[in-house]
Amino acid sequence: MTERQPYVSSDEVLAVDGISVWLSGREILHDVRFSLRRGQFAGLIGSNGAGKTTLLRVILGLTAPTAGDVRIGGEPRARRSGGVGYVPQKIQLDPDMPLRARDLVGLGLDGHRFGIPLPSRSRRRLVEEMLRAVGAEKFGDARVGNLSGGEQQRVLIAHALISGPKLLLLDEPLANLDIRSEQEVVSLLARIAKEQQVAVLLSAHEINPLLPVMDRVVYLAAGRAASGTASEVVRTEVLSELYGHHVDVIRVHDRLLVVAGRADEPGAPVSHDDAAPVARAW
Amino acid sequence: MSHLLRFVFEPGFFASAPVHVAVVAGGVAAIVSGILGVFTVMRGQSYAGHAFADISVTGGSGSFLIGISPIWGFAGTSVLAAGIMDMIGIRRPRGRDLATGIVRGAGLGLAALFLYWDTTHTSTTGATITILFGSMFIISTSIIPVIVAFSLVALGIAAVLYRPLLLSSVSADLAFARGIPVRLTGVLCLVAIAVSVSLSALTIGTILSTALLVGPAATALRLTSKPGLAIAWSALIGLGATWLGILLAYDSFYWPPAKHGWPVSFFVVTLVFLFYLAAQLASSRRTRSERHAPAPAPGQGG
Repeated sequence: MTERQPYVSSDEVLAVDGISVWLSGREILHDVRFSLRRGQFAGLIGSNGAGKTTLLRVILGLTAPTAGDVRIGGEPRARRSGGVGYVPQKIQLDPDMPLRARDLVGLGLDGHRFGIPLPSRSRRRLVEEMLRAVGAEKFGDARVGNLSGGEQQRVLIAHALISGPKLLLLDEPLANLDIRSEQEVVSLLARIAKEQQVAVLLSAHEINPLLPVMDRVVYLAAGRAASGTASEVVRTEVLSELYGHHVDVIRVHDRLLVVAGRADEPGAPVSHDDAAPVARAW
Repeated sequence: MSHLLRFVFEPGFFASAPVHVAVVAGGVAAIVSGILGVFTVMRGQSYAGHAFADISVTGGSGSFLIGISPIWGFAGTSVLAAGIMDMIGIRRPRGRDLATGIVRGAGLGLAALFLYWDTTHTSTTGATITILFGSMFIISTSIIPVIVAFSLVALGIAAVLYRPLLLSSVSADLAFARGIPVRLTGVLCLVAIAVSVSLSALTIGTILSTALLVGPAATALRLTSKPGLAIAWSALIGLGATWLGILLAYDSFYWPPAKHGWPVSFFVVTLVFLFYLAAQLASSRRTRSERHAPAPAPGQGG
């Protein structure tokens, strides 16, 4: 299921239009299309190897697509243009590194500039505001390497947001977080999306933590995507077609379980060298 | 008072021309190494810095063979090594040690040959000692402009790339996303580190130059969490160790029983190490008392 775009509104922040990516002879993404508007919170859901990171890198302009294009704020994606905040996957922060949380947030503003920064009151105030916005003001002077996983995510989110982007991309920000930090980071991002009218696209392999706040879901399986609201996409028919294999979507206490079906059930793959049967319980 | 001064500064210290040159050349090398050392340690490239020191032996011993100042050999081979390390792939986390190890091994092989020729084919008997352990008191004044020029190159790179280097030390992906040419800044940083190693190779010797690169920086990281302040501390610690080392080496000519004078490089490196131990002790005591301190009052901000 692909999303049609009947509206061409000035609200559109991100349009991914027919993106395909081949890397070393393998098709990683096939004709992926979806769009995001201001203030929308979207989950990019898929298991390991589904192509989530590749898609984020295409949107960032770090990987060139084989086909299709990406528009940000209505403009074609130009490499190294601003307007997109990014929180990469798995950053190892060294506790020995002499860098405070506020230094890392400040680098989000001018880390690409040459020369030594001059002390500036407006810069300091902006950093302070951003630390407060993500609830990091209490550990602004701590070394980034000494912060917990959830605290580091807050600081990285502030780093990504301080330059005022219209789009915020986060690659697996919930990985390795305990349940409480996970909920805190998710509700923080949902609040930021609404308050600052930023479109947030967050990749995760677990859909349930995002269900309460997610406006859109982009579901990736074997390089293909289905997008829409969670109730439109996370359904047995849609996901079975996407996986090319029968899967069952089961709702238990407002949680969704995606379970692999048996091979003899309707919707089983016609050919076995199609996508691997990725389906498993979430 | 004057007795005390005489006790600290043995006669003739301030009038001695070799001391003047050592104070200037050693001081400049220490400041540059201290500053680039912070980048080296933050970027996890201490092993590369160490390899530059080893590879400088190759250039230094080669310079003696063809009769030019060793500084040209030190800088030439270590900058070349920086380029080769980048080509082999020092950017990849796993390629890093591999690239460094291959280049270092090849360099040391040549050094073995050159040092052999230095001692057998030429009459420069002190070459090996000078290259390995430095020559702070016998630096020719004509080299000072070269030292200053090299320093400006290394410090210029560090100053211009300060923020991009900080950011790419945190994460190459973050730097990429900001449009920073990560590979180019990485190579330029390696070149600056190579140049700074060649300066301290001249003053305290090739095999000891790592101490001046990594030691003050490692000490500074114990003292502060602010990147700018860490750089300032590192430069200051390197300078302090070098100048104090020069003083002690000069004074040691008057020490019993031999009254021979001890090598200046020994003093510098030992002082760097003692500074590090002191800072480590102080910071571990600090974190222990912080851990025992009551938690800050709740309800601020939040």
